[in-house]
Amino acid sequence: MNQPKSFKPLDFLFLLLFWLYVTVPLAWGIWSTLRKALALFN
Amino acid sequence: MSGFFSKQRTVAKPGYNRWMVPPAALSVHLCIGQAYAFSVFNNPLTRVIGVTESTPDDWKLTTLGWIFSLAIVFLGLSAAFGGKWLEKVGPRLTMFVAACCFGGGFFISALGIYLHQIWLIYLGYGVIGGIGLGLGYVSPVSTLIKWFPDRRGMATGMAIMGFGGGAMIGAPLSVLLMDQFKSAASVGVMETFLVMGGIYFLSMFIGSLTIRTPPENWQPAGWVPPVVENKMITKKHVHIDQALKTPQFYLLWLILCLNVTAGIGVLGQASVMIQEMFKGAVTPAAAAGFVGLLSLFNMGGRFFWSSASDFIGRKNTYFIFFVLGIALYATVPSVGAAGNMGLFIALYAVILSMYGGGFSTIPAYLADIFGTRYVGGIHGRLLTAWSTAGVLGPVLVNYIREFQIEQGIARADAYNVTMYIMAGILCLGFICNLMVRPVHEKHHMRHEATDEEGGVSRAATACTRG
Repeated sequence: MNQPKSFKPLDFLFLLLFWLYVTVPLAWGIWSTLRKALALFN
Repeated sequence: MSGFFSKQRTVAKPGYNRWMVPPAALSVHLCIGQAYAFSVFNNPLTRVIGVTESTPDDWKLTTLGWIFSLAIVFLGLSAAFGGKWLEKVGPRLTMFVAACCFGGGFFISALGIYLHQIWLIYLGYGVIGGIGLGLGYVSPVSTLIKWFPDRRGMATGMAIMGFGGGAMIGAPLSVLLMDQFKSAASVGVMETFLVMGGIYFLSMFIGSLTIRTPPENWQPAGWVPPVVENKMITKKHVHIDQALKTPQFYLLWLILCLNVTAGIGVLGQASVMIQEMFKGAVTPAAAAGFVGLLSLFNMGGRFFWSSASDFIGRKNTYFIFFVLGIALYATVPSVGAAGNMGLFIALYAVILSMYGGGFSTIPAYLADIFGTRYVGGIHGRLLTAWSTAGVLGPVLVNYIREFQIEQGIARADAYNVTMYIMAGILCLGFICNLMVRPVHEKHHMRHEATDEEGGVSRAATACTRG
């Protein structure tokens, strides 16, 4: 088994930051696309 | 190979959290997905010399069209030929080489703009960047499958969704940078290429630094492999070269090719189609919004359908793609004729979600059929189906449409036959999926040889040569 046995705040923070690093640009891209898509319903 | 990039150095230490792997994979896929947004550069690239308008010495759109085509061809070729190398050297080195190729491709292309030499852009973005695309696409797939044996579909769906999302980041980022750099003397593409090359290299490099492979025989804590045997999920492994000798490989190749042909064919003409079917009601800006909406469903479908396949099975997921696809493609013409735009958009959205789902579910399907050991390399070889469909789909759709118009059929009605032919293509896909059976045991590897240095050749010899 290779899972963390106990909660490690630093590891969790790093994991959170890494996910934010990929999801924030993606959310920005989705938002930009959605704004363009709204023209379809105007 | 020894050193930092060696396969052994990427094996995770105890305590490593497997949820670090999806963002590492996304760091790569969100970058290479930019390829689908390359068209935003086409117009500015036709004004590199004239800046405000094209001059006779400027590049033509037809000349520029080859850049994307070359990139897609080299994506398929590098995924097919680089897959075996990936299995030998591991994901870290493959991702690093992909980062060098994709980022470097932008730098060479920037030089091509500076010197106004189109061959440098063909070589940079088309050939070298295309190799980066292919290697980057396949590199994290098998690693994710090994880390998530309990959720293979969801894991690959997360990465391959990133490829769809990459265009959504790449398009506005390119526009933002070009606006920043454009001046009276420059359209700003060269500077944009330099910045994007740097950003993409860095992001992909971070992915290669953080990727880890699980130790041999690793399993998630508390996870117990299903007791009830599923014949469609093998516990054995088929060697990458041996997979090519099985009918299953060619059936899955056809399944991917046919699903993508149908999707890519209608995706390419979606903007023109909605404007011609609902004449006067849809402006070019609204049509661009329609294409954007389809991109969102294409991306969302990659995660949704592959995650769903973990519960309903890969074969059943493709059955849904084909059966529902046939029904939807066949319904589109009558919905268009009835003038029901809302339903037309909804049908297209579901069709495009299944197009994306086809890409993301296939690696898990391959892992189920051929085992997890060589799934990265086998997936790479199967991606030639994508390159084939990339040519076949648009050519088929455009040819059928032109033929219809030449026969005097109204432009708005010219799509009807196309949609019925696409439904027919999906019927062929349905039959291929029906024929997929577990691989015969004569193709299975006999021994569980390790994949350390030279392990690939030992594993190869351990194969039962039918």
